[in-house]
Amino acid sequence: MRTINVEQITAEVAQMCKEAAYYLPKDVYEALKKGRETEESPVGCDVLDQIIRNSEIAREEDRPICQDTGMTIIFLEVGQDLHIEGGNLTDAINAGVAKGYIEGYLRKSVVAEPLFNRVNTQNNTPAIIYTKIVDGDKLKIELTLKGFGSENKSGIKMLVPADGVEGVKKAVMDIILHASCNPCPPMVVGVGIGGTMDQAAYLSKRALMRPTNVRNAHPDYANLEGELLELINKTGIGPQLGGTTSALAVNVEWGPTHIAGLPVAVTICCHAMRHSERTL
Amino acid sequence: MAEKIRITTPLTEEVSRTLRAGDSVLISGTIFSARDAAHKAMTEALARGEELPIDWTNQIVYYLGPTPAKPGNPIGSCGPTTSGRMDAYTPTMLDQGIKGMIGKGSRTPEVIESMKKHGVTYFAAVGGAAALISKSVKKYTVLAYPELGPEAVAALEVVDFPAIVVIDSEGNNFYEMGQAPYRKL
Repeated sequence: MRTINVEQITAEVAQMCKEAAYYLPKDVYEALKKGRETEESPVGCDVLDQIIRNSEIAREEDRPICQDTGMTIIFLEVGQDLHIEGGNLTDAINAGVAKGYIEGYLRKSVVAEPLFNRVNTQNNTPAIIYTKIVDGDKLKIELTLKGFGSENKSGIKMLVPADGVEGVKKAVMDIILHASCNPCPPMVVGVGIGGTMDQAAYLSKRALMRPTNVRNAHPDYANLEGELLELINKTGIGPQLGGTTSALAVNVEWGPTHIAGLPVAVTICCHAMRHSERTL
Repeated sequence: MAEKIRITTPLTEEVSRTLRAGDSVLISGTIFSARDAAHKAMTEALARGEELPIDWTNQIVYYLGPTPAKPGNPIGSCGPTTSGRMDAYTPTMLDQGIKGMIGKGSRTPEVIESMKKHGVTYFAAVGGAAALISKSVKKYTVLAYPELGPEAVAALEVVDFPAIVVIDSEGNNFYEMGQAPYRKL
């Protein structure tokens, strides 16, 4: 049986937090450049120039792309033949997050309790961790730093089967129009369809882990992604101050659901769609 | 883009009232950071009849919580946060003499009414351009609530800080004006 020590996991997660904070993924950078070429608003062009230049400075100088270095969201795929030794996996990941945020000069933005006293944990832990058990003996770690300007504009709608495709589009567009200029567009939009309320929300986050230039493997959902992107880019929201580049991509993930249900969740991410992944 | 207007702090009501939605500006001088927790602390202090840690007369507030500065830098990445979360506290703060606010995103009608009354300008900096914006900050000094960490009230010495007037003192709203020509739904 293959063995990994938790110390290696902690070290990798720390490094991944820093990389995600400093280096915008290439596909997102290319999508911004493409948006700049087609943007019709002069002010929108100026904003996109600043956003593109910002990501270049961040990469060249190892600076956080955004001061909101987010809540750390981690997707694990654990091979069922893998043995993890030396400690608890969740603790090892949180130790990595703490190390990465402290060493990397990232902002610590997590409070231990949400309502009554909101005391900062000072190391950005705990991370939100989703674990999937898979075949094999590898450990895949995917991570994003999720800013809350955009998270606060995300939403969910419990539709019924009769609402159909048009109902889904309307639910997504209602959330986007309500978000408007606030979530630091151009946005990357994750949509989760199906499952239960919580599963749809999970799928909308998982959707953001797919590169912006890869479409859903199912042709109907790929088509829906294209239609939603076109609609969002006709809202006029643009790159914050109006224009035609409101979103860089719409990624849809779907799952089996109940005969009575059609849950739709939308996670909005800002243009700083941070992502890092490793397979150990 | 039209030519950029240079502004030096403090910002008087007279100058604020000349600015128009859509104007592109470069701000130099001292601006003051405060966000959610500091706004809550300051409005609670006022409710108790206490003095605020700084005199806000003719000053510009920046809705900001920066990343920690790396050694050798005055500040870390320092872009604007969502202004709307401060809306509940803003009319009370504008009564204290603030003449400019820098943030991002929309404001409530109550805030806009208070801006018109006091001749206040609301500027947007580009959300998520935090590394770029840090180049215009020369010094960062915490003045109050150090226990709030990145949410502390601090003085920022800035040179040519880039911003756009999004809501002017007459209530003209560039978010609405900027979107309308491109809305094709």
